[in-house]
Amino acid sequence: MKKPITKIKTYARRKTEGLTDETINRKNSFQKFLIDVADVFMFVATVFKNTFARGFEFKEFTKQCFQIGNKSLGLISVTGLIIGLVLTIQARPVLVDFGAVTMLPGMVTISIIREMGPVITALICAGKIGSSMGAEIGSMRVTEQIDAMEVSSANPIKFLIVPRILAATLMLPLLVLYADALGILGGWLAANIKGDVSFILFITQAFGDVEFGDLFPAIIKTFFFGLVIGMVGCYKGFNAGRGTESVGIAANSAVVMSSLLVIIVDLIAVQITDII
Amino acid sequence: MIEAATNTENVIEIKDLRIGFGDMQVLDGLTMELRKGENLVVLGKSGTGKSVLIKCIVRLLKADSGMINIMGDEVNSMKYEELEDVRRKIGFLFQSGALYDSMTVRQNLEFPLKRMKEKISDEEIQTKIKEALENVGLPDAIDKMPSELSGGMRKRISLARTIIVDPAIMLYDEPTTGLDPVTSHEISLLINDIQKKYKTSSIIITHDIECARTVANRLIMLQEGKVYKEGKLDEFENTDDALVNSYFQSNNSRNPKEL
Repeated sequence: MKKPITKIKTYARRKTEGLTDETINRKNSFQKFLIDVADVFMFVATVFKNTFARGFEFKEFTKQCFQIGNKSLGLISVTGLIIGLVLTIQARPVLVDFGAVTMLPGMVTISIIREMGPVITALICAGKIGSSMGAEIGSMRVTEQIDAMEVSSANPIKFLIVPRILAATLMLPLLVLYADALGILGGWLAANIKGDVSFILFITQAFGDVEFGDLFPAIIKTFFFGLVIGMVGCYKGFNAGRGTESVGIAANSAVVMSSLLVIIVDLIAVQITDII
Repeated sequence: MIEAATNTENVIEIKDLRIGFGDMQVLDGLTMELRKGENLVVLGKSGTGKSVLIKCIVRLLKADSGMINIMGDEVNSMKYEELEDVRRKIGFLFQSGALYDSMTVRQNLEFPLKRMKEKISDEEIQTKIKEALENVGLPDAIDKMPSELSGGMRKRISLARTIIVDPAIMLYDEPTTGLDPVTSHEISLLINDIQKKYKTSSIIITHDIECARTVANRLIMLQEGKVYKEGKLDEFENTDDALVNSYFQSNNSRNPKEL
């Protein structure tokens, strides 16, 4: 017996008239890949449609903001601080050799704001938020809770998916700003291991070199990082197969796919910034 | 067995329903109907398509072909966006209960009420919740989490969440599976109570012959994706058909009341 294509069954199939198992099983692997791509686009389109539909689940949205934002603070604090410490400790000897140690605060801050803060925070969040979304929504799929929502005429996309994606999109930039701040603090602490720089002087030198053009594109791309992490986590969970095994698969593939997409989005963002 | 329903008006009519998964044809031209006010028990071995049948009725699965008419609406060919009104008429009790793990019992019961098209006041919602919980015999569980409930309690709460929106049709997916005989019998009696109080027409998928004996007005047995036999309970119990007999004799346990 061929295995049913559960993903198509659970979502796209219901939306696509005439797309039955029989017709899908006749397709070759490239055609099945295209069906998968179409499935993703339909999911994204449905999410956007429901984002602007009436009856926004504000309570669920605030709950998710708390889950994503507040509960990631500890992890992001440690990561941000260590990024700053490591960057400064690694860069200092090279700058000392060139007699350019006064450029240390500016260099560390720009690295953190433009690249290290956003990307490292996004990758940490892809692991933490992506996996928890994939596993939570996947287990709701497996235990028929999503089916129960559907048959009671409650829209699971509106209740489960939209608030999570919006919360991830909104919280990630805030977490990145927080990580940036702690990264700069870490940089100052590291600068004081082998030298003596006052905090005021460090900050003055750091932000003397930072321009609006460093900060703005970095913040904009973090919205897209959040969107990608939320979208992938929710998609993988929502389209999880049946059985407990598929919860693990959903969580795992959510992390892998969202981490990869974060890097790809970063590359695109850097290219666009470079052109502008 | 409860008093037989005499109404001949059909609330669900299914004609030539077919659905397959890969190479396996699960429903292969199934034709049946559910009459107004009756409890219809669907029997059959595992894998004969009983759960798939009720999932097709609420369009959790889309059948490959065939017709499902629910109170005048053709469900199988309906657009996904139009399903909401039909689904409002149907209550679905899942085998696992499918309670929302992250919510308390109260929030579970509020969930469908707060998302109805017709807005109702908070006071009315709380009154309906209390009434539904009393009807399933669990008024004290209101602030508990689903993880704190036993299997039987979860089924009852799930039933309360289903009936709270006054559905005209109830679909029960193996309501007594995994429960002890006494609790199973209580759930079966509850199904009868709901039929009387809420005037529902119900399809009950079950392997439990005691449950079937308690709730059925009429029974059908599925085999190879079609209706194999249809009739009243005594027709099933007094037949020469080997398949039906083997099913009833292998499940011939005593009524829990007699234990």
